[in-house]
Amino acid sequence: MRESRLWLWHILSAIVILVFLGIHMGIMHMDAILGALGAEYGDPVRAADVFRRSRQLLFMISYIVLLGSALFHGLYGLRSMLWELSLSKALEKAAGRLCAIAGFALFIYGSYVAVAVFRMGEVRP
Amino acid sequence: LSEAKAKETGVVTTVAFEVLRYDPAKDRATRMEEYSVPVTKAMTVLDGLVWIKEHRDPALSWRSSCRMGICGSCGMFINGLPRLACNNQIVHLHSKRVTIKPLPNFDIIRDLVPDLERMFGLHRAVKPYLIRKDRTEQNRPAGEYFQSQQELADYIQFAHCIKCGLCLSACPTVATSKSFTGPQSLAQAWRYTLDSRDEGAAEREGEIFSDHGVYRCHFAGACSHVCPKGVDPALAIQLAKKDAFFRSFGLRKKRQASSVAPPVQPGGESKDIPKAPEPTVRQDS
Repeated sequence: MRESRLWLWHILSAIVILVFLGIHMGIMHMDAILGALGAEYGDPVRAADVFRRSRQLLFMISYIVLLGSALFHGLYGLRSMLWELSLSKALEKAAGRLCAIAGFALFIYGSYVAVAVFRMGEVRP
Repeated sequence: LSEAKAKETGVVTTVAFEVLRYDPAKDRATRMEEYSVPVTKAMTVLDGLVWIKEHRDPALSWRSSCRMGICGSCGMFINGLPRLACNNQIVHLHSKRVTIKPLPNFDIIRDLVPDLERMFGLHRAVKPYLIRKDRTEQNRPAGEYFQSQQELADYIQFAHCIKCGLCLSACPTVATSKSFTGPQSLAQAWRYTLDSRDEGAAEREGEIFSDHGVYRCHFAGACSHVCPKGVDPALAIQLAKKDAFFRSFGLRKKRQASSVAPPVQPGGESKDIPKAPEPTVRQDS
């Protein structure tokens, strides 16, 4: 069933978000502990360090995966909310399509940014 | 009331009944009307309404039948909660004022009579009966079906539903979404899908896992909280979701439907079954 598949992806994307947000929180707020453990990611908010991380393949992939998961999870939730407003069938369909198009467009744009930054040269502060 | 008067009449207190009134032939909008009702010990809200009808207003309308929490007819919104009027004693409400309105999330036919047509429509849509792949067997069962105690325990709590509609009136999703299948019919769909004698899971999937099926449930649990029979529709919905999840990964165990027990030959009955008593009413041959 289509709705079962979408709901399954909704749950799986929540798990992905949980993992990647955990990594994000670790890098942003536990840099001292990670540094002590030998995982050096530089200053969390210094522009040069942010760019340096973004030019690593693993970070670029993680940004794209997190972007896709967050977009799908959020927009499926938004569509569910809209569908609970007792809309007509045509409006329900339109809301679903609008969410899908918006999600796809934002994913393409966000992925483009992640890849473009990955391919950028050295940034001098 | 004085103790002597209370002993003489059985009346323990007087309670103000505030009842919603609406007559589609006369009223443009609903209105609240108040009645002072003398309350006796163990008097139910339904008894209070009967007293009003007999002594104050014969036009007051509601739906009721069995008076013992079995038929599910007298569901009403009593002091802010959907309840059965026959199942709630006035003194147990611990209030000098009883506010009674028809069940929320339903249209009103008149006074306290909700229109349950939509609920029964949804109930019918999930095919709430045993379905066998063999249509001949379905229409003309050849015998009893085997079922273990465990298989019975898997679904029995969902079988206690009396279709009173309290779960639907408490559900926050039903309150906003007219398309939501609702806890009552989803729980019943799952009740029959869980039944080991049933082979109709595929026929009910369309309703259970539709765009407005189990995935629109927010798991508020209000349906289970108000059910007068202890049915847990929220659990049924979560079990259906869990089943869909494991099925997606091919981890759902295939179930063999119960087979038909061979007919018992005369004299072949189990010795443990006590004999039925003799009929007390003369049976005409």
